[in-house]
Amino acid sequence: MTPRRAEHIALGLMISGAFLALAILFFIIAVIMIKGLPHITTRFLLDNPMDMGRAGGIFSTIVSTVYLLIVSLIIAIPLGVGTAIYLTEYTVEGKITKIVRFGTECLAGVPSIILGLFGFILFVIKLGFGWSVLSGGISLAIMILPVIIRTSEEAIKAVPQSFRDVNEVLGGSKWQGVTRLVLPNAAPGILTGVILSVGRGIGETAVVIFTLGTSLRTPFSIFDSGRSMAVHFYIIAREGISMANAYATAAVLVFSILFINIFSYYLMHRFVKGRT
Amino acid sequence: MSAVEIKRNERIIQRIFLVIAFSSIFSLFLIALFIFVEGLPMIWKVGLKDFLLSTRWAPTKGYFGIFSMIVSSFWVTIGALLFGGPLGLMCSIFLVEFASFRVRAIIKPALELLAGIPSVVYGFLGVVYLVPLIRDYLGGPGLSLLTSCIILGIMILPTVISISVDALVAVPHSYREAAFSLGATHWQTTYMVTVHAAKSGIITALVLGMGRAVGETMAVIMIAGNALKIPLSPLDPIRTLTSNIALEMGYASGMHRQALFATGIVLFFFVMALNLIAAIFAHRERLG
Amino acid sequence: MDKFTRWHVGFFCLLLLVGVCFACSKKDSPKEKGGYTSIILAGSTSVQPFAEKLAEIYMVKNPSTVVNVQGGGSTAGIKAAQTGIANIGTSSRNLQPEEKGLFEIPIAYDGIAVIVNPVNPLENLSTETLRRIYAGKILNWKELGGVDHRITTITREEGSGTRGSFEELVMEKIEIDPGCIVEDSNGSVRELVATDPYSIGYISLGLVNKHVKAVALDGITPSVKAIKTKRYRFFRPFLFLTRKRPEGLTLHFICYVLSPEGQKILAKEGLIPSSVIHGESKLCRQ
Repeated sequence: MTPRRAEHIALGLMISGAFLALAILFFIIAVIMIKGLPHITTRFLLDNPMDMGRAGGIFSTIVSTVYLLIVSLIIAIPLGVGTAIYLTEYTVEGKITKIVRFGTECLAGVPSIILGLFGFILFVIKLGFGWSVLSGGISLAIMILPVIIRTSEEAIKAVPQSFRDVNEVLGGSKWQGVTRLVLPNAAPGILTGVILSVGRGIGETAVVIFTLGTSLRTPFSIFDSGRSMAVHFYIIAREGISMANAYATAAVLVFSILFINIFSYYLMHRFVKGRT
Repeated sequence: MSAVEIKRNERIIQRIFLVIAFSSIFSLFLIALFIFVEGLPMIWKVGLKDFLLSTRWAPTKGYFGIFSMIVSSFWVTIGALLFGGPLGLMCSIFLVEFASFRVRAIIKPALELLAGIPSVVYGFLGVVYLVPLIRDYLGGPGLSLLTSCIILGIMILPTVISISVDALVAVPHSYREAAFSLGATHWQTTYMVTVHAAKSGIITALVLGMGRAVGETMAVIMIAGNALKIPLSPLDPIRTLTSNIALEMGYASGMHRQALFATGIVLFFFVMALNLIAAIFAHRERLG
Repeated sequence: MDKFTRWHVGFFCLLLLVGVCFACSKKDSPKEKGGYTSIILAGSTSVQPFAEKLAEIYMVKNPSTVVNVQGGGSTAGIKAAQTGIANIGTSSRNLQPEEKGLFEIPIAYDGIAVIVNPVNPLENLSTETLRRIYAGKILNWKELGGVDHRITTITREEGSGTRGSFEELVMEKIEIDPGCIVEDSNGSVRELVATDPYSIGYISLGLVNKHVKAVALDGITPSVKAIKTKRYRFFRPFLFLTRKRPEGLTLHFICYVLSPEGQKILAKEGLIPSSVIHGESKLCRQ
């Protein structure tokens, strides 16, 4: 077997493997789009589900999803960014930072069903919040916390030391330096992390179904139950309630992820442009 | 404010941030505490051996053996790795070493889109397209270990590919150039030098993929069949540790609920073992 | 106020807000806030679609009320009623002796149908044969005169009321084979049977549609009429369960369900209204 021969065979193998992988993945997007797009009408997006999801639209699920994400971000962003600020600005590498980082990594590895179990027993039952946006929001916040910490840390670290030096020279306190110079500069990077978590949160089912619940009503107060889009998709797809609506919901989900990704790319672009 | 006051405020702010930083530790601690406090007493009562090694799971009758589920989770993870790992690796090698920049620029965002698609969508497509195929051409009910491995393998592809691509891209060009100057072909360079150099990153990709596979719940419920038996063939239906928790969480109480938490402990160890293996490999790479 | 003090005040306000929210969450009684009252039903997946339909119509007739319907299974519903996380727990099976103590209100009766794929030529099963299939003793369709293929037996999860009733009515203390496929709702069982030609499962009679075929048991075809005339004995109650005597919105909704209008809706959907068996409910006399 000459090296030339091996090269050709290997190349052939790589290309077929790659082609297979990519074909499968594109098939997935294609099927969802082809079967789902025709059913996405303005009525579908603005009407509430009727008849267990057989008819009507998905409006209440959209509201539930957005509401849930907002609550979890309100909890996770201050905690996450705060942690990142602490790790980069207020300490040096030592035992404490190692413990915090280790904790974050472990938290990132917790399977989502365990978070669901934890959230269900602690928030829904023991603390009496019931199936609610609050229970779901806190549980989801715990899930996205590691992502926000990690990306915020990267973003803050990327702010050049010169900024902090200038602050010191001008006699500003550390707090002033952080809030007036470092954070605004790291904002796009932090925002990217936030957007990433939103992407994860939109698709999350195991945590949400046991904490937010499966009610088809539109949640109003933070103690109301609701049904996120991913959970709605899971239920109507599994029970064969409506294939058309299932595909349409999946298509809406894919589009949301698409917009989120595009938005984060745009931000990263701005980030890079603004720095040069 | 005087300098002394500023200094004091700064210290207080630092302490506040310290408290915030421990929030992530706190939630992890709370989760771990909960799971262990609820799960351990039950393991004590039933006996570790009976819990882990008995195949009889009938909680309403007092039997809490999770062995069949441990076996299923184990095989599903390995299987997902077998389907997603090599395929993902081939794809990432292709993208980095052999594809043009334009191709890569189109595919990378597409992969990120796919990574964001909810796992239940993968599960659903698996039920609609893959399950009938397996049932009609390979036998069995279609809902099986094999189906789960394939779907999970596909699910981890985007993760494996993007992290491997990053690892391969990070290999300095000088490595490749050195190999070329010695007369190696592109492929020889790739597998002897580049992939070798990116090994720790690639292993991280694979371990992260496995972590995702072992933790997957809702999609698996849709395609695995949820039978409480040890799979004797890949075409047999299975129930993973995660699916079990999800199926029974709503109504479990008392010792049954504790058993679910105990299952959570086992899952914890699974994931921790995976992370440890990854860390060992990464450490060895750094030394070698 | 300088920034430092502002921080501390803000932090304590937040704590206070959380505390107030916490305190405001009452468990049993219907929640009243911002101009509307809401209640939660949780439990049986068999009851769920019917409860959802009733809720839809009820909310149109009674604006500024919200009726949330969750699933989870009958045992989950019973637990939810006991712990108070739901105002009404729903169940599609009778309560076990250790679960007694809840206020039980039957709203309808529903048959359990054994279903197979439409291409399956099976028309009738005896209870004995059915029991042996689910016990894992009969494994191949050819033992029943059909093709030579393994039977895909589908059952529900352990906490399901439909399973509980099935076990009570058919299995009679014999355990269902753990090798059976397990699905966690009537809908998913029906979906599976509709697509797998070699499968068999059991679902709520009210949910049988044209994609599956209901077989006769002991010679009797399942139908509402057959249940009413007591010829088809495989049926179970749909129960509304509350921790204590219902009041407020909970009572009002339950009374709507038990009213002639509510019962007519249930009858139209393929259930046997409880008023047929129990007569008018004393609960809503006033």
